[in-house]
Amino acid sequence: MRVMGSETEYGIHAPSAPGANATMMSARIIQAYATVTRQRAAGGAETRWDYTDEEPLHDARGWTLDRAAADPSQLTDQPPVLDAEAVALAYGRQELELDGADESGSLLMNMVLGNGARLYVDHAHPEYSSPEVTNPRDAVAWDAAGDLVALATVRKVAADTSLPPINLYKNNTDNKSVSYGSHENYLMPRSVPFGDIIRGLTPFFVSRQAICGAGRVGLGQDSSTPGYQISQRADFFEAEVGLETTIRRPIINTRDEPHATADKYRRLHVIIGDANLSQVSNYLKFGTTAMVLSLIEAGQAPKIEVHEPVQALQAVSHDTTLTATVRLIDGRRVTALDLQWMYYEAASKLAQETGVSDSVTGDGHTHGVLSQWESTLTTLGTDLDAAASSVEWVAKKSLLEGYRNRDGLAWDDARLGLVDLQWADIRPEKGLYYRLLSRDRMARIVDDGDIARAVSEPPSDTRAYFRGRCVTKYGKDVVGASWDSVIFDVPGLGKLQRVPTREPLRGTRSLTGALFDRHPEAGPFLAELMGQGQPPAKA
Amino acid sequence: MAAQEQQQPQSRETETEVDLPEAPPAAPEAKASEATQGVDDLLDEIDGVLESNAEEFVRAFVQKGGQ
Repeated sequence: MRVMGSETEYGIHAPSAPGANATMMSARIIQAYATVTRQRAAGGAETRWDYTDEEPLHDARGWTLDRAAADPSQLTDQPPVLDAEAVALAYGRQELELDGADESGSLLMNMVLGNGARLYVDHAHPEYSSPEVTNPRDAVAWDAAGDLVALATVRKVAADTSLPPINLYKNNTDNKSVSYGSHENYLMPRSVPFGDIIRGLTPFFVSRQAICGAGRVGLGQDSSTPGYQISQRADFFEAEVGLETTIRRPIINTRDEPHATADKYRRLHVIIGDANLSQVSNYLKFGTTAMVLSLIEAGQAPKIEVHEPVQALQAVSHDTTLTATVRLIDGRRVTALDLQWMYYEAASKLAQETGVSDSVTGDGHTHGVLSQWESTLTTLGTDLDAAASSVEWVAKKSLLEGYRNRDGLAWDDARLGLVDLQWADIRPEKGLYYRLLSRDRMARIVDDGDIARAVSEPPSDTRAYFRGRCVTKYGKDVVGASWDSVIFDVPGLGKLQRVPTREPLRGTRSLTGALFDRHPEAGPFLAELMGQGQPPAKA
Repeated sequence: MAAQEQQQPQSRETETEVDLPEAPPAAPEAKASEATQGVDDLLDEIDGVLESNAEEFVRAFVQKGGQ
């Protein structure tokens, strides 16, 4: 359908060590996974991140923010630095000498995984960025694989009884005025004017939470007003358009780091979504957004404009009956579901025209997204509670209402806050989403076997395949990697070999699988890659 | 799809009706009666899983800012 990917920042908490440094705990998480993968793959399925192509201050509207004017949290093109004292505080000096550090003596803060993903410390959270995939089903699989990666790190940390265990939560707020993100990325042609993207996406993003909000106990950034709302993130958005992701968060983010051939592509960076555990909500989040981008590219997005979209976003989130209306510029008042139906109709029409939704000759995904989208909107509009097995905020609400009915709890009761928090615990024995899943109360889009495979295998149909196989197969000779490069240090070659991967749809299994299979060693692999008239740029 | 048509808002009037005989089944929606029956059972299970001392646990979950 379209190249896409997810980013999840996990909430991190050590209940037995309140106040522990979050960055250091996050580094312990990354370190734990390095240990796990070192055990799994000879040579070590771990690789350093290459920062060469990070451009966090490029604005899609056509300018670059001055470094001095940027918030320090926006400078994501520099590796984080931990001083020796902070390391010693978190690890103890002995620990640092034993295995808290790699060969060069610094903590590993950033890894490229064998499945093509990136696992790293982002500010004060561990973050998993999925490999590039081409459809929403794979987006669900490789995003859920990140939750299994997170689970493996939590288990590894817990096995070390000398340090406090760490919990990870796939949520987006601590309900005390802090939010952390779950982002989506979509590849688009650069030729699409950014103004069209803003106009086409804003009404969609105001209403999208109805199908993919994760639900939240408490209203307001600090949860000071008791209640329940649809979205984890809505109350943290303060602007319509902007470059920031950590302050004055905008509905449309303009970060312009294509991580690909820059004059051909833009990577649309979407920061407004909630992290989803529900597979149906996650599937719809990626699938419907990808289809709306196709509408925008075709010039067929609904011609509507929401009056004061930031307030509308929050009004929609605060109405769990889905009957609240928002005002359009033309004076009409519509519900979130009305907006979603407008986009559904337009997307369905375009898909029929282009043929991608044909169940036989189509792309194999659009038809499924349309079908799920239609059935979910219908359920939400006719029998809202029946969406509890598919739509995340309805599922969480149903569980919370169960407690309210049984125990007569008010919305500000701490137990409901705990249900909200523990919903997102990534351990299946503690996480309430997983308790519901194990009882088949939550629908699956992808089976458990596919998710387990996605932990170690890259998608076959994007450049993530090339990256992941390089890391897994030639790990000992790979010294760095990023979205658009893999760097080799092959003994005897003298200098580093940087293989650019700036075309997201090259480096696939069909283009490079046989090459990997032919060469057990990196040297001959690189020689053939470069020697057969196939320059590295086409990897 | 027939049942759904009665419920559509006016924005659906323009849709051309197409038959989709090979539509893959959408994910099953909640089975309402089953859900009601199992809810006490479910809450009992979750009681046993919830962290003890809810108030303290929730209060201690303090995060630093993120994206």
